[in-house]
Amino acid sequence: MSGALARLRAGDWSAYALLPAVMLASLPMMSLSAWLTLTVAGVAMGMMLFLMAAGLTLIFGLMQVFTFAHGAFITLGAYLAVSVLGALAGWSVAGSWWLNLAALGAALVAALIATGAAGYVFERVIIRRVYGEHLRQILITVGGLIIAEQLVVAVWGANPLPLAKPASFRGSIIIAGAAIEKYRLLAAALGLVVYAGLQLLLSRTRVGLLVRAGVENLEMVEALGYRIRRLFIGVFVTGAALAGIGGVMWALYQEVVTRSIGGDMTILIFIILIIGGLGSVGGCFTAAILVGLVTNYVGFLAPKLALGSTIVLMMAVLMWRPRGLFPVGAG
Amino acid sequence: MNDGAALLRLAGVHTHIGRYHILHGVDLAVRRGRLTMLLGRNGAGKTTTLRTIMGLWRRSAGEIAFDGAPIGALDTPDIARLGIAYVPESMGIFGQLTVRENLLLATGPKGFDAARLDDVMGLFPALRQKWHNGAGSLSGGQKQMLAISRAIIEERRLLIVDEPTKGLAPAVIQLLIDAFLRLKQTATTILLVEQNFHMARSVGDEVAVMDDGRVVHAGAMADLAADEALQRQLLGLSLASHQ
Repeated sequence: MSGALARLRAGDWSAYALLPAVMLASLPMMSLSAWLTLTVAGVAMGMMLFLMAAGLTLIFGLMQVFTFAHGAFITLGAYLAVSVLGALAGWSVAGSWWLNLAALGAALVAALIATGAAGYVFERVIIRRVYGEHLRQILITVGGLIIAEQLVVAVWGANPLPLAKPASFRGSIIIAGAAIEKYRLLAAALGLVVYAGLQLLLSRTRVGLLVRAGVENLEMVEALGYRIRRLFIGVFVTGAALAGIGGVMWALYQEVVTRSIGGDMTILIFIILIIGGLGSVGGCFTAAILVGLVTNYVGFLAPKLALGSTIVLMMAVLMWRPRGLFPVGAG
Repeated sequence: MNDGAALLRLAGVHTHIGRYHILHGVDLAVRRGRLTMLLGRNGAGKTTTLRTIMGLWRRSAGEIAFDGAPIGALDTPDIARLGIAYVPESMGIFGQLTVRENLLLATGPKGFDAARLDDVMGLFPALRQKWHNGAGSLSGGQKQMLAISRAIIEERRLLIVDEPTKGLAPAVIQLLIDAFLRLKQTATTILLVEQNFHMARSVGDEVAVMDDGRVVHAGAMADLAADEALQRQLLGLSLASHQ
């Protein structure tokens, strides 16, 4: 947060202006109601992407670990949503908003705990053996993703599983003539809460300071007397837990869960990390929303181009800022 | 050098980096309450010696003792917690953090000690004006001031600084010299690597000169400063270029 203020004071405002610029640039190309619908949809999608990607940007930035297994935690979160909401089906279909919210809350908490625990085991058993060895990291984490998908098949079966949203979060509300899905508003709110929480943690606590410092210079953090390996575990567990939460929200958004739901997101998450700048939570947040907006706008205006729009966006950003929108360590 | 009061002692320390043998049996004593200069030409092994002391590179042979206890096998955080502060040649400033946050990271769990903070800011008043600025936006001299301030924001038993004047303007160098002279008045034990002989002569009590991974001369700084022939023999062209 203070870093962001320092950037603004230094006049480095152009990256922050990108989001409103994209929103405004798309406005003349469609009706106001369509724009409002797509903008809310894009922001909500971006928030879910942020939930899935936020932990990975810290893992990359702080630990310099190239993990392709991050999707496994998303997948685990998604399947836990199926199990928890299935077990609490009575709450999920009830007419009470509070019961619906409790059912979703239970799924989120279950995913948070289970994926956090899985992250701890994964770091202790696998990742810690390959610190500093990028090729082995890639191989071993790709292997981890494949094994995780097979474990999911063993537990939940190979067939796609349907997942209905809790009753109160289905349907839309009409604002200024635009249909806004209730679930997207909820996802956007949750993403904002997590972003605000992460920023508070990073800017107002010593652990957060250490994470930000460690992203820049691990060696110096150790020379100040801090055991960075303990921080690594905490960051990895947090990243996995956030991915689990993201998996729950993404699964409910898709309303169907497959064993590849997390793996399918891996490339998009990497694109977000690269656009935002590796290790930057603020960059990840901005990039995720940017990707969500561009995907929705292009999908509406030129559906055939939607698939490649994020790649084009990444190329454009990298031509403008080769280290991403908010490069860590750029001072 | 009489090392009976040595706070830090290296005996026959060898360090390999990959397949390169950098230190070839370094013997060095840093006396308590004194400022010891470590001089030598580029590539002599000065930085490697400091990094080996801090555990950033592992010694392959020899002993390193701090206050009589071996520290050669300790990890870097454990070495730092003994009260050894390190300012690397790169300064190690966290550019994304503010000046305040950089300093806060070096304090204990209770945060800043107001009196100590006043003392440190008294050494470098410019930093107080930049308190909430991103450290990445500071000038080179201000970054060095911040790096040294961070090293002394808590009471340390030994301060290790690697080439603090490198690339700095003469006015800033003079500011650093004044700061080290004031630190000496507090009886802080300091090990300082420096190529700038003017600074070395101004602040050093003791001196050790390295060449080819060994300490080839150790003694009083005043003796070396007074002996131009010895300076030429030990420091060669580097002396003339930094006078």
